[in-house]
Amino acid sequence: METIFLEIKEAMFIALRAIQANKVRSILTMLGIVIGVASVVLMTTAIKGIDNSFQKGMSALGSDILYVDKWAWFTNTDWWKMRNRRNMTMDEYNRFKDLVKLPSATAPTTTTRQVVKYQNKKVDGVFINGSTADYLKTTNFTFAQGRFYSDIEGKGSRYVAVLGSEIAKGLFPTENAIDKIIKLGGQNFRVVGVLDEQGSFILGSFNPDRQVFIPIGTIFKSFTSQSFGTITFNVKAPSPTLVEETKDEVESAMRKVRGLKFDEPNDFSINQQESLKANIDKIVGVIQIAGLFITGLSLFVGAIGIMNIMFVSVKERTKEIGVRKAIGAKRRTILGQFILESSFICLFGGLIGLLIAVLLSMAVNQVLPTSIQYDSVILAISISLITGVVAGFAPAYTAAKMDPVDALRYE
Amino acid sequence: MNIINIENVAKVYKVGSEEVHALRDISLRIDKNEYVAIMGPSGSGKSTLMNMLGCLDTPSSGKYEFTGSNVSQMTDNELAKIRNKEIGFVFQTFNLLPRSNALHNVELPLIYAGMHSTERKERAQEALESVGLGDRIHHKPNELSGGQRQRVAVARALVTRPSIILADEPTGNLDSKTGEEIMLLFNQIYEAGNTIILVTHEEYIAEHAARIIRIKDGLVESDEIVAKRYIPKVKVAN
Repeated sequence: METIFLEIKEAMFIALRAIQANKVRSILTMLGIVIGVASVVLMTTAIKGIDNSFQKGMSALGSDILYVDKWAWFTNTDWWKMRNRRNMTMDEYNRFKDLVKLPSATAPTTTTRQVVKYQNKKVDGVFINGSTADYLKTTNFTFAQGRFYSDIEGKGSRYVAVLGSEIAKGLFPTENAIDKIIKLGGQNFRVVGVLDEQGSFILGSFNPDRQVFIPIGTIFKSFTSQSFGTITFNVKAPSPTLVEETKDEVESAMRKVRGLKFDEPNDFSINQQESLKANIDKIVGVIQIAGLFITGLSLFVGAIGIMNIMFVSVKERTKEIGVRKAIGAKRRTILGQFILESSFICLFGGLIGLLIAVLLSMAVNQVLPTSIQYDSVILAISISLITGVVAGFAPAYTAAKMDPVDALRYE
Repeated sequence: MNIINIENVAKVYKVGSEEVHALRDISLRIDKNEYVAIMGPSGSGKSTLMNMLGCLDTPSSGKYEFTGSNVSQMTDNELAKIRNKEIGFVFQTFNLLPRSNALHNVELPLIYAGMHSTERKERAQEALESVGLGDRIHHKPNELSGGQRQRVAVARALVTRPSIILADEPTGNLDSKTGEEIMLLFNQIYEAGNTIILVTHEEYIAEHAARIIRIKDGLVESDEIVAKRYIPKVKVAN
């Protein structure tokens, strides 16, 4: 037992010195592993990051909200068929609202894009969300300052606005935003509230942080004609367990509102966060498989490089192997020596790869909030060690079974 | 006491379809504290015999007993163990590990024997001192002269306190003066009670030994006691 320990120590010593003696060669050989490990770690980290942002974005939207819309978010139905559907109107919303009993809140929403200005500061292409005071109940919004617009303000189509956190930061970097007058596409609005940071980048323009919320009537008065666009009904289920029942009720209510016969298909869609999640999962899955394939390939190429260099190393050191055998090295000692050497090269490569991944992930962190997890570190180390052992085995075996007489005679 | 007992040993190599009889029928005994030179022209089978005596190779037929145990039947691992514990090799080309210093080179057989670091270092230091290199232990082979390198190799052979020292043309790569120094060292080792087998094709080197075995065409041609052994008198200089 102790002999084995001593042999391992000696093998480590030899391996380190062999690497030291061939620095450039070892570094070039390591490169494949460096790239492989760096990409494995970065990929797992990036996927984790996408997942995290998505979860965060989703919780801002709420998982028990249904979105009744002209458009389906994800569907196999042809786009032109949906285009030909009727627009959803305020009249329909008012009838719908009276038909449904289960939902704890409903709100019609519509959006428009406008420039938002305060004094000399402006933000272009902001999504202006128009709804009613009940809209707040269909979200998980929290407030940094002020409040949401009230029912009276909503029904009265007043010129009041609630700012998403990024918009507020853009317009009021230092000042208090409350009661300031801002301009939305030329109209004056009074700021009544500012949201906390809610969502995440993954929602794009739908990120509440980049929106401004005003009463829906005000949108129709100032920006878009009511007869022109379509609106979405946000419906909140009374509890997460009653989402399916609520969906059934919403569907039948909408069919009634639309006057559809039993054999006619729905000419509206009920969207849900679930479908968004399923779709994102699908995309992440594809990225994962592609990433796995690419990183697997680079590791494989790296392993071949290591194997090649180990064969060269064994050949070069034939005489040394002969000497070691003559003075008593057993087969397993020689085998271990060369496997350890290739494992060391790979481990160094892996650690360098990990370092690069850490540095790169810091850069990535600016866009995609993420951090390297412990499991990626373990993953990187074990991948590089396994690669080292696998790639080193064949050359080491060649060395171990060399005949000492031939090896000693080798020049 | 018999250290080596060879009876009717033959070794046949296959080179392509041809059989080469390197050793035909060799029988010999070597006792403890003998100083034997094995001589022969190239192609005589001298190297094959040396490899066999050093347990680097096994005979095709016949019996080889080393300190009473039958080497012919041993596995690779058992041979490695015998080489490690019982045989000290000294090669013509020194065969030191180029990247290791003198101390580590001498330690190596003890590492394979599984000896602890402190004891190992002590023993290696002692062995290097005994060959007059106590002040060169941290030098690498390329920082040493040819004679010094060969003395490191001798120290490496001695460090395990083996039953025999097997030296293959130990002076072949040295000038005659340095060669004499090495032969003086061997003489000291012999006089300290060790068994030495010297393989050479130089008559004047062989005459340092007490017994000369001449090999020709895979057979023992002669085996005689040296009447007037040459004892080197050069002073060992460090």
